[in-house]
Amino acid sequence: MIEWFTTVQIAVAVGAGLLCVVLGLAKRSPNDLILGAAALVELLLIAQVVVAIVAPAFGNAPTGSGLEFWVYLVSAVLLPPLAVFWALIERTRWSTVVIGVACLAIAVMVYRMNVIWFVQGPGALAGL
Amino acid sequence: MSQLSSRAVGVGRVLIAVYAILALAATARSIVQLAGRFDQAPVAYSLSAFAGLVYVLATIALIGKGRTWYAVAWVAIGIELLGVLVVGILSIVHPEYFPHDTVWSYFGRGYLFIPLVLPILGMVWLVRSRPRPEES
Repeated sequence: MIEWFTTVQIAVAVGAGLLCVVLGLAKRSPNDLILGAAALVELLLIAQVVVAIVAPAFGNAPTGSGLEFWVYLVSAVLLPPLAVFWALIERTRWSTVVIGVACLAIAVMVYRMNVIWFVQGPGALAGL
Repeated sequence: MSQLSSRAVGVGRVLIAVYAILALAATARSIVQLAGRFDQAPVAYSLSAFAGLVYVLATIALIGKGRTWYAVAWVAIGIELLGVLVVGILSIVHPEYFPHDTVWSYFGRGYLFIPLVLPILGMVWLVRSRPRPEES
């Protein structure tokens, strides 16, 4: 992982999540902006997959469990498509909230991936 | 709309989405724990796996139509609430029982206390979305 990229990714996921939750509570059903936000989060996750494959070749390997890291990353990549699918079966303002919740969950997962990659020892599992 | 249960509508869809994410997170994490370091904490990791399966069951039961799934949802969500309360209290009174974190340790602290709040919201939703008589 690359720290600045991960930071940007978490910030985008939190931003997209809050945007969608707020717009959903404001009774907006999914529009291009909301689906675009989900698409951006997904795009950054796919970029993260590429980074995670390539980085170890440049001496930047996970310090923690590679298996655990990949389980998180694959789960995260699957979330936006599943959330959008679930959201669009019944297209209401709650669909928008669902997409927002998924983006917030991804932010937490990317944070956890960052901890697995960089931080080990006592306290590494504190919090999440 | 007839394909959907009376529970998978409106705000209930948000509840189900949160359940699904927690089911995925808890199950995936426990698979990693069971595969990688089961011998370190067999009790804690078995408990995590059990909790993950209960969340999967609750998610399916909330989506499912009819009275049977409604009853299953009550059971699954009841087990969750009981689990998070019992394990939560035990992990504070006897932390030595839980040297390794489970989903339910410290009332689900590791999952932002969502495991504590979710069953309560789930029960509220079940009360508000009782199956209609015509739904069999």
